[in-house]
Amino acid sequence: MSLSRRVSLRQSLRYRGQPGMLNWALHRVTGLGIVAFVGMHVTAAFGLQQFGGALSAGVTAFYESWPFQLVVYFCILFHATNGARVALMDLFPGLLRYQHELIWLQWAIFLPAYGLPAFVLIHTGLVGG
Amino acid sequence: MQPSRPIRSAGPWEYSLWLFTRLSGLGLLLLGAISMGAAFLMGGRSLLDMPAMLRWMFFTNPNHVVNSNIPDVTAGWSNAFWQVYSMLLIFLATAHGFNGVRMVLEDWLTNPLWVAVLRTCLFLLWGSGLVIAIYVILAS
Repeated sequence: MSLSRRVSLRQSLRYRGQPGMLNWALHRVTGLGIVAFVGMHVTAAFGLQQFGGALSAGVTAFYESWPFQLVVYFCILFHATNGARVALMDLFPGLLRYQHELIWLQWAIFLPAYGLPAFVLIHTGLVGG
Repeated sequence: MQPSRPIRSAGPWEYSLWLFTRLSGLGLLLLGAISMGAAFLMGGRSLLDMPAMLRWMFFTNPNHVVNSNIPDVTAGWSNAFWQVYSMLLIFLATAHGFNGVRMVLEDWLTNPLWVAVLRTCLFLLWGSGLVIAIYVILAS
């Protein structure tokens, strides 16, 4: 008898894994997001170059729109900062004692590095370049 | 207490992929830093807007900077060095990504047959993706 995997969002958020668990979940979601974006981008760019066509042009217009760019950049930057923390903690296990401090450091790097380009993207999207 | 899902046995191959994920991830960050530094050395500060810089960082392909202020992309931005560099980057990135998808999906798949089918599909997708990527790199 295996454990049921049908867990509601509220139950999963109540699970007291705390920041490590939330970062783990976000790492998976953002990783799959990057794979989806890169797959979409490569396929659409290849289709546009080889055949032209409205579908490829539509997909390209979709992923070049500024709201989508905000999501993609969030995925990439979160995956990069969180992945760097996890990789360094795994390669240097002494750092495991400072997991919470490292998570704070990770967000201290993430927020300005995301916020500044995000501001530029939103400003350009709403006001024009 | 209710037993949880069965845990896969992790052999040396699984361990080397675990290590590869960490090392390729750090390697990709290093490559991104190098391509950003090189873009500044090639005059990127006045030639590239921010999106073009980000595109160039994550994949050093001349197509990614062709819409910027660079008058002649072939000078400096498009040569054998960046082609080999792009191939290394795309190999690390796709291997990291497809292995990641495999890890996520195999947490949910327990039937060995479906695991084999999944691995074959991902391997074929990875191989054809690499061929397309190398074509794009060499054709631009």
